[in-house]
Amino acid sequence: MQLELKSVSLVYDPDVQNPKKAVDDISLTLRKGEFAGLIGHTGSGKSTLVQIMNGLLKPTEGTVLLDGQDVHEKGFPLRNLRRQVGLVFQYPEYQLFEETVLKDVCFGPKNLGLPKEEQEERAKKALSRVGLDARYYDASPFELSGGEKRRAAIAGVLAMEPDILILDEPTAGLDPQGRNDLLAEIRKLNEEEGTGIVLVSHSMEDVAAYASRLLVMNHARLVYDDTPRHVFEHYKELEAMGLSAPQVVYVMHALEARGLDVRTDVLTIEEAKREILRALGRK
Amino acid sequence: MRYTTLGQYYDADSVIHRLDPRVKLVFTIVYIVSLYLGNSPFCYIFAGLFLAVVIRLSKVPVRYMLRGLKAVIFLLLFTAFFNIFLSQGDVVFQWGFITITRQGIETAVRMAVRLVLLIMGSSLMTLTTTPNDLTDGLEKGLGFLKVFHVPVHEIGMMMSIALRFIPILVEEAGRIMMAQKARGADFDSGGLIKKAKAMIPLLIPLFVAAFRRANDLAQAMEARCYHGGNGRTKLHPLKYRRLDFIAYGVLLLYLALMIVLKIVTKS
Amino acid sequence: MEEFIRLQDVVYEYHAYAEEEHEEETVRALSHISAEIREGSFVVVLGHNGSGKSTLAKQVNALLLPTEGYVYVCGANTRETPEEDLWKIRKNAGMVFQNPDNQIIGNVVEEDVAFGPENIGIPEEELARRVTRALEKVGMEAYRMHSPNRLSGGQKQRIAIAGMLALKPKCILMDEPTAMLDPMGRKEVLETVHELNRKEGITIVLITHYMEEAVDADRVIVMDRGQIVMDGTPKEVFSRMEELRAIRMSVPEVTELAYELRKEGLDLPEGILSIEELTEALCSLN
Repeated sequence: MQLELKSVSLVYDPDVQNPKKAVDDISLTLRKGEFAGLIGHTGSGKSTLVQIMNGLLKPTEGTVLLDGQDVHEKGFPLRNLRRQVGLVFQYPEYQLFEETVLKDVCFGPKNLGLPKEEQEERAKKALSRVGLDARYYDASPFELSGGEKRRAAIAGVLAMEPDILILDEPTAGLDPQGRNDLLAEIRKLNEEEGTGIVLVSHSMEDVAAYASRLLVMNHARLVYDDTPRHVFEHYKELEAMGLSAPQVVYVMHALEARGLDVRTDVLTIEEAKREILRALGRK
Repeated sequence: MRYTTLGQYYDADSVIHRLDPRVKLVFTIVYIVSLYLGNSPFCYIFAGLFLAVVIRLSKVPVRYMLRGLKAVIFLLLFTAFFNIFLSQGDVVFQWGFITITRQGIETAVRMAVRLVLLIMGSSLMTLTTTPNDLTDGLEKGLGFLKVFHVPVHEIGMMMSIALRFIPILVEEAGRIMMAQKARGADFDSGGLIKKAKAMIPLLIPLFVAAFRRANDLAQAMEARCYHGGNGRTKLHPLKYRRLDFIAYGVLLLYLALMIVLKIVTKS
Repeated sequence: MEEFIRLQDVVYEYHAYAEEEHEEETVRALSHISAEIREGSFVVVLGHNGSGKSTLAKQVNALLLPTEGYVYVCGANTRETPEEDLWKIRKNAGMVFQNPDNQIIGNVVEEDVAFGPENIGIPEEELARRVTRALEKVGMEAYRMHSPNRLSGGQKQRIAIAGMLALKPKCILMDEPTAMLDPMGRKEVLETVHELNRKEGITIVLITHYMEEAVDADRVIVMDRGQIVMDGTPKEVFSRMEELRAIRMSVPEVTELAYELRKEGLDLPEGILSIEELTEALCSLN
């Protein structure tokens, strides 16, 4: 399965004078199985872009192709796109509404017109994916803790079994351990089920550690589409866009400036550690 | 989401904008009453002229005001229709069971004129007064009701908070709707009952959100020392100035002339 | 000398209703907490969700009162203050909350900033002066007549801080003020808060999930299950990485890197907090 955006642009208020483009001439292809990060400061167009990806917004220019088919062509069932490309909004817990967690997670599969047994089967599978076991099925979603609500809401999208899952800042407001746990579950989903992931994040450390491809947006345009390693080499340019690089990148650059012969294109603490030890001749 | 322009604040710097909201409140009430005072065409012409002058002074474009009227055009036609066809009196036109009488036309015209003047007159108040001033004006202007244990301050505070949260909740509704659509929800197709049912996944989270926000807000207000209306001061307390007294004078004059006109034209 | 803020053996319990059993269940959110906060200090409180850190702040602001023990704010005992006078305590210890939208009351920025002082009956001329001063201190004077709805998250939080400042508090408690902000908004708010602490001498108690925000504090308090489990300088606290991990916390990335390098046998000092410190230490090894 692949989703292709071809020269996509979107203008919210085309009537006004000098309309501002929220997304400006973006082309990219997403595939099942990959793990992409999407960064950009607030207002750079990330949220608009992800809503175009799953057909909630229709671009004013350009086309969105699902396996080669134009999704905004007459007669194309947009529901197919929403099923195959799942979107988890920011603070998704605010969309919970059913009496029980299980029922809430069934909402998506139900809308797909699946029979009841299959709805529940999918819901249970999705819940176990996010670490919520049978004890939670009959609980009211409003009685869960913040982190559990977040997981239940994510399960609500997962139950539609999308080939590509887009998550808009899924860790916002969680504590450090909660952040790590959730990201680990997303990684597992990617590795075990082959679900393509697009992780929208403000944390450079997170995208560096988890993503194998990094999309960077600035002023409605896609400015980088490369591996995190290559993107973070441009840390100066990223700073000009109100972004940054992981702390370890700065450490390596500082060491290099002090004359230590280290590679600067590290992404994680583990890599930085090995590189420093190597440069110091310890290993 | 779009609101109708009927009564939405129009920013301009005019004498009318600068008037104390209480003056405008009294003006509006007196004006509406005056429309029901006189019955002759002269009275309406006079009321219309008076309004025209005030509109001119307010610097609100006439086109903007007329656009606001569009929202009530149905109501206008509806009342006119009933007046024309259902009044008894001297027949001027008859076709089958449809009869139109002179009195019918007269009442229809009178009602229509009155309605237009009434709507334009009262929307002028909201057009020239910010929601905040309006709330302040109501709170202060209705202050005498406190004697009857009407919680005037609390009502004013509630109105002002509602004003602040309407755009936030509208935005929130949009966000929840998108999130449910991403889960395959369909808000657009089907009959009335299906559509109403489809709103549940939108309405429940919206209610929950509204309660959560209300709870947060109550705490934030307490944290900022809110303890009811007693002993509160105001950053911009309402104060009558010369302009306001002049306005009251003009209003009295208008009312007096209206009464004179009514007596004169009656005989 | 009169103490500034003191918590003495504070216990706070609340009742939760389990829906099925129709039974009352008592939850202990704070368990025998004793602490003092010095005037003019910058204290960061860390702890995972549900560790009791928000409850702690609300005790100081007298939004909640202790079940057992006492909280003293500038000499006033919150439990023994009649309810109608609690606002006098809140005037000294202001509070800024997490959600920027849910704490702005006014429809115009200046009106919102004036809300606090209006409540305590500050006369008109003084009010206008306080609003101006407060907006200047957070660098938002240009937005005085704006509607709060169009501001960014960081700007809204600065307005909320100005709203507190207009009450001239001695202390501002902040309950995860940066949790819902993007990195730029976070930086904006933190810079404002540090400046207030430095220039105005206002005591700051900042509750956060972001370890990096604790690095520049005078003191870091770590909470777990309603108790204070660590209390010290950032250096002291972040040296105890294993313990922090055990209670679902982490440390800043540089600190973790330094820790990992120490484990590999490099002779680095404990509790390295900044990139400069780490580079300096590594270069002196070479």
